Amino acid sequence: MYHAIVFFPLIGALIAGLFGRFLGSRPCEYVTTACLAFAALLSWGVFLEGDHAVRVQVANWFSAGDLTVDWAFRIDTLTKVMLVVVTTVSTLVHLYSIGYMEEDPHRPRFFAYLSLFTFAMLMLVTADNLVQMFFGWEGVGLASYLLIGFWYEKPSANAAAMKAFIVNRVGDFGFSLGIFLVFVLFGSVAFDGIFPRVNELKDAHFHFLGHDWHALTLACLLLFMGAMGKSAQFLLHTWLPDAMEGPTPVSALIHAATMVTAGVFMVARLSPLFELAPDALVVVTVIGGITAFFAATVGLVQNDIKRVIAYSTCSQLGYMFVALGVGAYSAGVFHLFTHAFFKALLFLGAGSVIHAMHHEQDMRNMGNLRRYIPFTTAMMAIGTLALIGFPYTAGYYSKDAIIEAAYASTRPGHTLAFLATVIAAFFTSFYSWRLFFLTFEGPARWAAHDHHDDHAVSHSAHAHEADGAPGHTEGVAHDAHGSDAEPAHRSDLVADDHGHGHGHGELKPHESPLVMTIPLAVLAFGALFAGLIFKDRFIGEGMDAFWGHALAHGPDNHIMHDIHHVPALVSAAPFIMLVAGFVLAFVMYIRRPKLPAALAAQQPVLYRFLLNKWYFDELYDRIFVRPAKDFGLFLWKQVDGKAIDGAGPDGIAARVVDVTRGVVRLQTGYVYHYAFVMLIGVAALISWYMMTGLPKPVGH
Amino acid sequence: MFGLGILSGLLIVPLCGAAFILTLNGEAKAVARNARWAALATTLVTFLLSLVAWNRFDATSPSFQLVESHAWLTDTIRFKLGVDGFSIPLILLTTFLMPFCIGASWNAIETRVKEYFVAFLVLETTMIGVFQALDLVLFYLFFEAGLIPMFLIIGIWGGKRRIYASFKFFLYTLLGSVLMLLAIMAMYWQAGTTDIPTLLQTRFPAQMQTWLWLAFFASFAVKMPMWPVHTWLPDAHVEAPTAGSVILAGILLKMGGYGFIRVSLPMLPDASHAFAPLVFALSIVAIIFTSLTAMMQTDIKKLIAYSSVAHMGFVTLGLFTLNEQGIQGALFLMISHGIVSGALFLGVGVVYDRMHTREIAAYGGLVKRMPLYAVAMMVFTMANVGLPGTSGFVGEFLAMMGAFKANPTVAFFSVFGIILSAGYALWLYARVIYGKLEKPDLQGILDLDTREKLILAPLVVLTIYYGVHPAPILDVFAPSTEALMTGIKAALSNTQTAAAALPLAR
Repeated sequence: MYHAIVFFPLIGALIAGLFGRFLGSRPCEYVTTACLAFAALLSWGVFLEGDHAVRVQVANWFSAGDLTVDWAFRIDTLTKVMLVVVTTVSTLVHLYSIGYMEEDPHRPRFFAYLSLFTFAMLMLVTADNLVQMFFGWEGVGLASYLLIGFWYEKPSANAAAMKAFIVNRVGDFGFSLGIFLVFVLFGSVAFDGIFPRVNELKDAHFHFLGHDWHALTLACLLLFMGAMGKSAQFLLHTWLPDAMEGPTPVSALIHAATMVTAGVFMVARLSPLFELAPDALVVVTVIGGITAFFAATVGLVQNDIKRVIAYSTCSQLGYMFVALGVGAYSAGVFHLFTHAFFKALLFLGAGSVIHAMHHEQDMRNMGNLRRYIPFTTAMMAIGTLALIGFPYTAGYYSKDAIIEAAYASTRPGHTLAFLATVIAAFFTSFYSWRLFFLTFEGPARWAAHDHHDDHAVSHSAHAHEADGAPGHTEGVAHDAHGSDAEPAHRSDLVADDHGHGHGHGELKPHESPLVMTIPLAVLAFGALFAGLIFKDRFIGEGMDAFWGHALAHGPDNHIMHDIHHVPALVSAAPFIMLVAGFVLAFVMYIRRPKLPAALAAQQPVLYRFLLNKWYFDELYDRIFVRPAKDFGLFLWKQVDGKAIDGAGPDGIAARVVDVTRGVVRLQTGYVYHYAFVMLIGVAALISWYMMTGLPKPVGH
Repeated sequence: MFGLGILSGLLIVPLCGAAFILTLNGEAKAVARNARWAALATTLVTFLLSLVAWNRFDATSPSFQLVESHAWLTDTIRFKLGVDGFSIPLILLTTFLMPFCIGASWNAIETRVKEYFVAFLVLETTMIGVFQALDLVLFYLFFEAGLIPMFLIIGIWGGKRRIYASFKFFLYTLLGSVLMLLAIMAMYWQAGTTDIPTLLQTRFPAQMQTWLWLAFFASFAVKMPMWPVHTWLPDAHVEAPTAGSVILAGILLKMGGYGFIRVSLPMLPDASHAFAPLVFALSIVAIIFTSLTAMMQTDIKKLIAYSSVAHMGFVTLGLFTLNEQGIQGALFLMISHGIVSGALFLGVGVVYDRMHTREIAAYGGLVKRMPLYAVAMMVFTMANVGLPGTSGFVGEFLAMMGAFKANPTVAFFSVFGIILSAGYALWLYARVIYGKLEKPDLQGILDLDTREKLILAPLVVLTIYYGVHPAPILDVFAPSTEALMTGIKAALSNTQTAAAALPLAR
């Protein structure tokens, strides 16, 4: 059965990928979606059926010396939760894409990639050892690369795809070293070989890069670096907003609900290790807190509807890491679970808006859409409520638990995390309502608006302009995006995000077809009720029975108990923040719509700082990308070209040319020389042998 | 048959094919056509023969098998052939790649067709000979003789700067080979034989090991090529015809690694141990520097050539870790790199045959007209990047893991390779395959034809197959590696004092 869950998506991907051109688009869509739906059904069956944990050996992958790496599934509660999340969201996204991608000529490829992604993600979450996890890890990275760059004619999409892959590789740098260290410490990469032995090694030390480290802390920090890359945490987050270049269903599936949560999953899976590396957990807490805060601040001012949600995702992932860092693993995973529903809902809802607006993504060109697409509006409202944690929605339970855990914790860094998450909760509420109001309320800025015909620029690249302050462009757009200024209107162009630059005169937003709205409704159900239904199992009384041994808790870790004893003000804090954010957004975008522009004009430095995402892209370009390129050029031209070749072959060659000048047919001439030298060598050997007779054995 | 075994057969069959092609006469077109088919048939027969050898080979034993010993120069320098776990996969790789090279040359070679295929078949014999030789003089002979046909292939059928490239090739290898010859003579003087199995049992004095090691190193490092004696490779690759590049990257580079595992490590364990830090340093420099250099290349072939140097850095790194993971990883990486880099050069050949340029800037947006080509190149690019699930991953991962065991700092620097490889490989792919198809002369470019599909498809399949199930090759290395490790460990524990006395030990 587990084989079926994991391999059905692969079969779907292979059918669509290999035979897509013969089958046609429609059959590919149906086959892949059906495969996924089947896998999802089985997953729910597995999830609901019970608690026993099993290991399923599939095959041996490779072994060398004392290292053995298997293809095997480790099925426990954590895996089952992930199976349900991945297959459910994936199925809905497949279904949704049938409608969303309808005009695209490359649908078989698209669906093959989607299913391939799902397969890789399932390999990741079922992994029984670190190397298989790394296989899934890189596999989802590949799928993400392919899907972000799906519209390969867009230079910005290509650049974003490469960026995603390479930044993730920076994380994998740490992940790889972490795997090596775990192997050196434990002599195994399989979880069954690692977890039972953690206590033996809890005081071990390891010498690395001139410093004596606590071995488990070092291992956890290195592994966490991988998690930071995949989950777009502070410092390695830069790829996620750019990844919005991909089609919107991809953003929903990969860059919101599943792949980006792989880091959270990894830390939860390795909780037995992390529990014994408290210093590493402090780092997790702090990075999570900073990310939650940082991403929320950037989300406040973005104008691209997808980018707002992307930063929101980044911020919510920060929440999950805060939970893991303070030892509330189950709360972190619970938030992962609920987040998958409402964030996928928000993205697919945004996709529905974009669909309705004929591929317009800039919120400044929206407004008043509530009247035209009421169903989507309702769905987005539900998603927003769940995201900000409105009481009794899904986000309410999981997010509040995290904030309370951050408060109740006694570990270093928890105060920072608590403050960051509370303030971020306020920002979350503000930017969510800002998005909602700009998109669905207020005047319709798309109808009367005589806006720039090349608005593709402003949304496909970075929306550098201010709220209501057009022309306020920062001159720092990336080179790769610069060429995006020329919108593509080729008739044969795929129906990409800026394929609809024309036709604003008769633009009339329309509600999406049923195939797109049904997934929205299903997700909305999850966003509303997933918390209510599952909270007892994930973080309530049934917790211990539900999780079994899937998550480790050290003997001193009572955090899930302590969160019930926090002061009332702390429990109420998220709700207060929620209301405050709503009120502020209401005032700024409904009551006094001139206010945002005035504020932006009043605080230009802060505004630009936020709008340009704290200038991380520019910073990295300066300190990593450009020096690497310059150094590469230097190595090529100066070191290889001048130093090595100049001193070596070219210098000698110049002398040889002097000697051999006159040889007409150069190439044959050198062959003779060459053979001549070799023959002299052999001759010398033989003649030497002849002269000395039988050699006398020496040495023994 | 005539008292010759199957290994002699592997040497003789290509020579017979070459001789047959030489006898072809008559109208030029017919000669060319017959030469092609004869070469293809010869290489296929050789491949089948090597499969028979593979079938008779007992992969669980570390000893030399299928041994043949014929009288040659003297009683102590014999024409002795044999294979073990280290060599048979490389022989298979050689015989496997040859038909692809013939196929890639099918239409691309228009002048002196007959001679071209003769050169290739002779080259095949010498390459197989290197991996089969169980006598150091014989090994040397094949090792050096193989350069002559390669030299001709670059010098006659190469690109514009072929003279310069073959020049460089010549100078570099000349230096190494002379020193290696001296070392072989010294070994003979010491041990009284050049018989490899006997030499494997011989313990050379520590002081002598140092000099022997350095002499062999000079030759193998150039062949590998290791930084800083790598600059011949990009030029040679750029100028060589497609098939020449495939053989160069696929097989000739592996001779250096094979030399290390056949001679340096087992025969000179003390010196290998002592010099490991030097090799590590050069490997790391190769991995990081040449990856950065690769990133900035404007010529597709040169970029892949530089990436080969970086990958060979992983091979030398793995070999000198002196542990199972490192050595087996390095060996597997040699096989994987043979397939993948060969495939990449074949892929470049496909577009070169159409457009006659290797400039990256001349391409862009090929996926629009060449979707199948784009898929194949994606698989090879990902294998080059070392994505798990492709053959490139297993070797690189094991080599780095071995390095971490041996020296974590070295491993730390080597892992930068996985970031940089993603950088140059994906950037190349994005510039050539993705983007808009805007260049006027690309508008009519055609996707793979049947011949090209037949060439690339098996390589795609193997790249993925060995990524998911590397055991058929990896496990063959295991017994020999284990035996090697036992030998090295025994040697090192015996000569603790001698090793410490080495002048260059620290």
